[in-house]
Amino acid sequence: MNAIEVNGLRKEFKAYSSRSGLSGAFRDLFTRNYKIVPAVNDINFTVKQGEMVGYIGENGAGKSTTIKMLTGILTPTSGSVIVNGMNPHRERERFVQTIGVVFGQRSQLWWDIAVQESFRLLKKVYKVSDADYNEHMDHVIKTLDLEPLLDKPVRKLSLGQRMRCELAAALIHNPPLLFLDEPTIGLDVLVKLKIREFLKEINEKYNTTILLTTHDLTDIEALCERVVMLDEGNIIYDGALKSLKERWGEGKEISFEFLEKAELNHLETLTGDLDIKWELDERKQIFTAVTGDDEEIVSQVIARTVAAYKVRDVKINEPSTEEIIRNIYDKGMLQHG
Amino acid sequence: MDKYIEMIRIRFLMMLAYRTNYYTGILIYSINIGAYYFLWNAIYGGKSEIEGLSAIQMTTYVAVAWMARAFYFNNIDREMATEIKEGKVAVELIRPYNYLGMKTMQGLGEGIFRLFFFSMPGMVIVALIFPIEFSADAATWGLFAISIVLSFLINTQLNLLTGITTFFLYNNTGLIRAKRVLIDLFSGLLLPISFFPGWAQEIMGFLPFQGISYIPSMIFTNGFTGSEAVEGLIIQAAWVLILVIPVQVLWVIAKKQLIIQGG
Repeated sequence: MNAIEVNGLRKEFKAYSSRSGLSGAFRDLFTRNYKIVPAVNDINFTVKQGEMVGYIGENGAGKSTTIKMLTGILTPTSGSVIVNGMNPHRERERFVQTIGVVFGQRSQLWWDIAVQESFRLLKKVYKVSDADYNEHMDHVIKTLDLEPLLDKPVRKLSLGQRMRCELAAALIHNPPLLFLDEPTIGLDVLVKLKIREFLKEINEKYNTTILLTTHDLTDIEALCERVVMLDEGNIIYDGALKSLKERWGEGKEISFEFLEKAELNHLETLTGDLDIKWELDERKQIFTAVTGDDEEIVSQVIARTVAAYKVRDVKINEPSTEEIIRNIYDKGMLQHG
Repeated sequence: MDKYIEMIRIRFLMMLAYRTNYYTGILIYSINIGAYYFLWNAIYGGKSEIEGLSAIQMTTYVAVAWMARAFYFNNIDREMATEIKEGKVAVELIRPYNYLGMKTMQGLGEGIFRLFFFSMPGMVIVALIFPIEFSADAATWGLFAISIVLSFLINTQLNLLTGITTFFLYNNTGLIRAKRVLIDLFSGLLLPISFFPGWAQEIMGFLPFQGISYIPSMIFTNGFTGSEAVEGLIIQAAWVLILVIPVQVLWVIAKKQLIIQGG
């Protein structure tokens, strides 16, 4: 069964622009210039029940707009959205009963009252029975270590503490589908790890579908097998994270530090017949060979270099996901020009 | 229904979280009542009655009007404006409840809190200082109770309307302020409507504002009795029903063209 089905989804916004100068400001009083900008441009994708999908893109790529349409907050300009078998916007009140949402930048707890009061209200709002609540939430509270926070007002919590509470609040009704919009923004490593562990656990235990947007790619690496990448409202990649790396992760970098003085052009002539590029960090005297996809070349480069110079240190680096994605965006820009 | 009642409870907790607000509120209301008491005393200046109200009835009118205001008055228009401006309305829309219904309940929670912990103690203080005449008639109290519930509903619907306009105007602080002054003036809080010139009274007869303060206060001071009081309640109830229409229409349009501000 598909948790999310999106077909030809489009959302347009009016972007107003102000005329310049005083006379322009007066004219703006009566008529305003605007152009129609598509924030999400006819996208299609489906998510299966139990999948964990990373939804990534630069700021303003249309991620949040998509999430808001998927959660029934915004009406699409055109296209169809079916989530948990329902139209999110039309059947909003019934639909939101089946999803949980965490907006990293907005709190859904009540600021001035204790966390447990917020939980109690949400329990009533989602009509969760005492038995279900106790069984499920006891576990959540224990795993996220919320016990000492329950009687504190939200405004006195640190960001990490609040985020853990937010996550628990989104899970009170144990929804089959969870939307996380930048859930780890501004959190320290320990809290991030705890949240990831927890998400993995509920995914395994309840087969919860999770759609995650984040700028922190380590989140995606730790959690998601599949990524959907968005650029200027278009999906530019949809598939496994692994094949993304294979397809775009071009080659390896081999860095050498030498005990003796080395010459860049000497190294270049040494490996002249191989398809590589040498770079030199002048300050640290680190020589880096950037190879293509050919696995053979790596050992060739190392063998020839080590034979010619005494080596202090050798490092072989694969490009990180972050570099790959930056790479895609740079090229993606060119394609969409 | 459970969730709406729970919301009233939460509102109580929130009001209790800000105690200073609560105490200064009592003080401000007492000062207002005191000021109007002396003002009206000066205006009466020995005359036994003006426009059918005696000086004591007038004092009672002012005191009751302010105490009833504590119940029907709420800031949900301003709250909605902030929620919409800051994009928090997104969070409200992912919950399985009716946003406007929940806002009304928050207003009611605030109103009930103020009625018991604010109006009643305030009324005792005011009654000790100024000569006020309470009706001993149970029927008057009953009619008054129905009447202030209706004034709460009318005022809340007007607040919802003002709040929803934020969706279209993005910044409606001025409108909210204008609405408040308009209500204080035209509802009969500052001046009983029977004191306005004839033509103004006629116009106000077609507006919902008289149902907010004038009618309940007149019922309480026995300015309206018998059929007049019942007629007042019917006018109020009619406005409650009429105002449902623009609120719902505006809400449907607002949801369609909703833009969540701030990402």
